[in-house]
Amino acid sequence: MSMLEKTLGWVDDRFPLTKMWKEHLSEYYAPKNFNFWYFFGSLALMVLVLQILTGIWLTMSYKPDADMAFASVEFIMRDVEWGWLIRYLHSTGASAFFIVVYLHMYRGLMYGSYKQPRELIWLFGMFIYLALMAEAFLGYLLPWGQMSFWGAQVIVNLFAAVPFVGPDLAVWIRGDFVVGDATLNRFFALHVIALPIVLLGLVVAHIIALHEVGSNNPDGVEIKKNKGADGIPLDGIPFHPYYSVKDIVGVVVFLFFFALVVFYMPELGGWFLEKDNFVPANPLQTPEHIVPLWYFTPFYAILRAVPPMFGSQFPGVLAMGLAIVFLFLLPWLDRSPVKSIRYRGAIYKFALAVFIISFIALGRLGTLPAGGIYLTLSQIFSILYFAFFILMPWYTVIDKTKPVPERVTFK
Amino acid sequence: MKKIIIALVMVAMSGLVNAAGMKIHLDEANIDLADKASLQRGAKLFVNYCLNCHSANFMRYNRMGKDLGLTDKQVEDNLMFTTDKVGNPMGIAMKTTEGEKWFGTTPPDLSVIARAKGSGDEGANWLYTYFRSFYVDDSRPFGMNNTVFKDVGMPHVLWELQGEQKLLNTDDVAKGAKPEFALTSTGSMTIEEYDEAARDLTNFLVYTGEPSKLERLALGPWVLLFLVLFFFVAYAMKKDYWRDIH
Repeated sequence: MSMLEKTLGWVDDRFPLTKMWKEHLSEYYAPKNFNFWYFFGSLALMVLVLQILTGIWLTMSYKPDADMAFASVEFIMRDVEWGWLIRYLHSTGASAFFIVVYLHMYRGLMYGSYKQPRELIWLFGMFIYLALMAEAFLGYLLPWGQMSFWGAQVIVNLFAAVPFVGPDLAVWIRGDFVVGDATLNRFFALHVIALPIVLLGLVVAHIIALHEVGSNNPDGVEIKKNKGADGIPLDGIPFHPYYSVKDIVGVVVFLFFFALVVFYMPELGGWFLEKDNFVPANPLQTPEHIVPLWYFTPFYAILRAVPPMFGSQFPGVLAMGLAIVFLFLLPWLDRSPVKSIRYRGAIYKFALAVFIISFIALGRLGTLPAGGIYLTLSQIFSILYFAFFILMPWYTVIDKTKPVPERVTFK
Repeated sequence: MKKIIIALVMVAMSGLVNAAGMKIHLDEANIDLADKASLQRGAKLFVNYCLNCHSANFMRYNRMGKDLGLTDKQVEDNLMFTTDKVGNPMGIAMKTTEGEKWFGTTPPDLSVIARAKGSGDEGANWLYTYFRSFYVDDSRPFGMNNTVFKDVGMPHVLWELQGEQKLLNTDDVAKGAKPEFALTSTGSMTIEEYDEAARDLTNFLVYTGEPSKLERLALGPWVLLFLVLFFFVAYAMKKDYWRDIH
């Protein structure tokens, strides 16, 4: 026995290292027919690692202090060795995270990955999405530019719309009557410690739940129903090495586009880094156009689409919250007997198309000034957004489905 | 389905340009960050005309010298008026309270001004057009207004170079037309020379906005090349492993 095997044996007697390796990699059997859409889970994991690593290095030079924060970011860009690269990787990584997560979620919608028995995977995933939104929002305050400050001001004021306790709640969140040094300091603490821990825990739960029931696939066929004499699913292949080598290809392609942004257009025309955030935060000067970052704008549009009722903005805030709550309920709203869009009828395909169009349109409208035709459009698309969920228990039942094959197919 | 989504994303992205209402006409700056002579001339203009009321607190003199191809000695002798240490940032002596009293507002720090005025070339175009768009307006405290920055608090600091000009099409400019100017008194430079000076100063401000930009652009191709080469390796490896999967 070699030294390495002996060491491994010693560890295995005390910690299930080999067992875990097998369970999650070398003997985790994934369907062999994963397509393009199945790259985004592993990509999201990679971006998470990237954000944590670049985040740690940014923390080494960043000052969470209202008088120093803006300057410290600029000194990272200038005086810290490779600071500009670390900072751009982190700022681009934030947007990239949402791109891959949105595509990952869209995959789930297309192939019914949230349906029984994967409801918990979906719920953990939705909690990851929530934590990610909180993480992004908190992190966006840290550069302490004009858009950081006013974006935080607007979002915290949403809490002030809660009946009765609202104003006190907003003060409690800010730690001050306006967004200030206390707010910056606590957002920093939450951004670098609290939420990353929550995120990592949820990601572990998401993957454990996935490996417990097994992965879905573009056909929505349960591969565990057809096992060989050895007990291995006939349509399953070990995640490692098959999907580890395949995912490396995905990572390289992703990094190519990622590097294009980092090295040639880190602001991406103001979408990833807004020009107003190169002006230090100034509580006395409101920017002419306060826009949240692109990944929040669909919900921002829904918020603004609902008119104030009884002199309160709360209905809008409630609608925005509901827009996310409905996503959580998806496993129980969808009553179709089939999972994958490949075997669903025309109604679901149409409904999903309308939903995606509405989501993108709302995202676009959320960046435009509210009022006139834009407001009307926001209202129409908000209704369509909610209709996708509210009508789902009905249209998924009457929809004509096609027979699902016994085994997975390559399309 | 995929195509529909991609098409929609494209539509959503394209319309955003005119999101913020009426656009101000901007001229193309056409700067060249690799032109060190231009950057040096811009630096000279900057320390002589701007760096009295405006600071550039995130830009160090010696870093500027290094990037612009100047020795510390050259920087100390020719460009450094406000401090005695070449490692110091480009600060000013004027206090913010004084600035507010004299101009109605504190003159902003100019370190990242080119980035604050727009991403991509927009910031450069803004600055280049701004420097050339001061015109006589007796209603303003300093007798000057600007078509790019309406009712700007700053006087036309470069007037002795450009001379003074008046705006010919005030009404059309309000509707977004390209402004037309006519010189009413000449400065020490011709119109072409002044445009060139404005371009140099813009170039310098774009440089101070992101000193690492040239480094970034120089590294980019190598990273992309590595990824392309690695793609072929990774793809070949995937193909090889997946040979027997049908």
